[in-house]
Amino acid sequence: MKLYEKIRDIDRRIIFLLMGLAVALPLIFTLRFPEFPTPMVKGLFNTIEKLPEGSKILMSFDYDPASEPELQPMATAWFRHCVERGHKVYITALWPIGQDMARQTIQNVKKDMVRKKEETGIDLPLVYGIDYVNLGYKSGGAGVINVMLTDIEKMFPVDVGNKAVSSIPMMKKVKNLRDFDLIVNISAGSPGLKEWIQFGADPAGVPIVGGSTAVQAPLLYPYYPTQLSGILGGLKSAAEYEKLLGDHYPQYSDIGQCKGRVRMGAQAVAHMVIMLFIIIGNITYFIDRRRSRGSL
Amino acid sequence: MTGKPKTLTIAWSILGICFLAFLLIRVLTGGMIAPWPYQETVEVKSPATNQFGVEIGEEVTQNTHTTYKGFWTWVGAFFTLCIMSFLYDDNPFYKLAEHIFVGVSAAYWMVLGFWNVLVPNLFGKLTPNLVSGVIEGVGGNKPQLFYIIPLALGILLLLRLSSKFGIYSRWSLAFIVGTTAGLYFVQYLKSDFMSQISSSIVPFIAMPDGKFSLAATLGNWVIFVGVLCGLIYFFFSKEHSGAFGMASRVGIWILMVSFGASFGFTVMGRIALLVGRMEYILGDWLNLMGAG
Repeated sequence: MKLYEKIRDIDRRIIFLLMGLAVALPLIFTLRFPEFPTPMVKGLFNTIEKLPEGSKILMSFDYDPASEPELQPMATAWFRHCVERGHKVYITALWPIGQDMARQTIQNVKKDMVRKKEETGIDLPLVYGIDYVNLGYKSGGAGVINVMLTDIEKMFPVDVGNKAVSSIPMMKKVKNLRDFDLIVNISAGSPGLKEWIQFGADPAGVPIVGGSTAVQAPLLYPYYPTQLSGILGGLKSAAEYEKLLGDHYPQYSDIGQCKGRVRMGAQAVAHMVIMLFIIIGNITYFIDRRRSRGSL
Repeated sequence: MTGKPKTLTIAWSILGICFLAFLLIRVLTGGMIAPWPYQETVEVKSPATNQFGVEIGEEVTQNTHTTYKGFWTWVGAFFTLCIMSFLYDDNPFYKLAEHIFVGVSAAYWMVLGFWNVLVPNLFGKLTPNLVSGVIEGVGGNKPQLFYIIPLALGILLLLRLSSKFGIYSRWSLAFIVGTTAGLYFVQYLKSDFMSQISSSIVPFIAMPDGKFSLAATLGNWVIFVGVLCGLIYFFFSKEHSGAFGMASRVGIWILMVSFGASFGFTVMGRIALLVGRMEYILGDWLNLMGAG
């Protein structure tokens, strides 16, 4: 059997093994590539950066652990950014496990706060009910957003810990979606960013930015820039956002804290291996075609 | 049994034994997290006060407790490997992981739906005193009898389980379909149909901030040509020949480019998921990350 025939008939499991190595080795040997933020990511960063301190931001966690590798770096970076700017964050979830992803995000940011206090002595406040509130999960997708348009308390009478929202100080400042300065949505599908644009941001006239999985991103780009102020599509955009955050706030420049940037090393190598396979596949295809024509 | 599968079985068995030996050595040498429970000591910082109740600094106390972190990390790694084993071939380990995942997910969603939606949004309104023990601040509220309607519709929906009364569940379904269709119709018309048409009407010469921009102008031309040619490709009342046919061919190229971009994004997304799992296996479980 000739070499090209061996490559053509290669067992799919060998390809899986090579892909596994392409992902594993950069992770083991901490391979990193520089990130260059695109204008869209810069624009999105500036949207949050330029909001006045104490702005009210609704952050909806509409994803689950299946999309964690792509979306958690975005959520953490956004939450860190909001805390640094002193914005008030209101958390909701249209996916059941979204409220737990929010908890994980808050834990990550609280660890940052402890580290920052130890390193610099600066103690940023992150008090539940004053700086952030977790309203938890509600089923109903677009219906939930539709009710929030007129009355948030009707849909979320209690927070994630079953505490009446009327007793939470920062909830006194918001009655419905129109009271927010920005909606941030992290979405892995439906209900998600599309529903927030259609049923929330558009009717309420509130600007919205979002982060989505790479699979979903091409379906959401048509909403940019008129209906969507900015979008982070997949892990690459998350890594770019982390780079920008690190450039503006040096305490987040340590790459070990930036999961998106850590993962992009493996992602880039895996992409190169896929491109190599595509080229090899095409070469064997054309050799095969020429030989079959020649034999006629 | 033929010779080749036997050789393969021996090869896999040797590989499996080597991997288990590797795990054992790493656990025993403290190179990775052990699966059994162990004592963990954490520092708890709390504000220290003097005899007058005035804060005088931070008090650090040592808190020791038994942790099962290692056990759960091993469980997570085991199920990850079970699912990944499907790449080799279908097998009982994959099936086991798949069934456990479906069962646990269904149960988790049901419990969450009950405590996060039914209890606060239905029982909290209909019978506030009954749930005042679990929901803070609702005790003493007046029952809102209007919520009997969603309760009745919910019960009707459950009648689907009965062969005799199952037909009544259609009333609830009719309500759900009707309200959802009405809600989506209005918002789709406004946010998708009208707004997307409006977003496609762009100036041929783009002047953001009052200055001519070549990049934005080219972008607007791509939108104009792409939308026009894409629509022409789907216009079947005229033969696709001549200039019309050429525009149609450009339309299909535009579609191909968009499909290619979507596929590229899909590959990127799937690789990101693989990276996430690998990070768990190599980092959280095997503690091999950063070896370089």
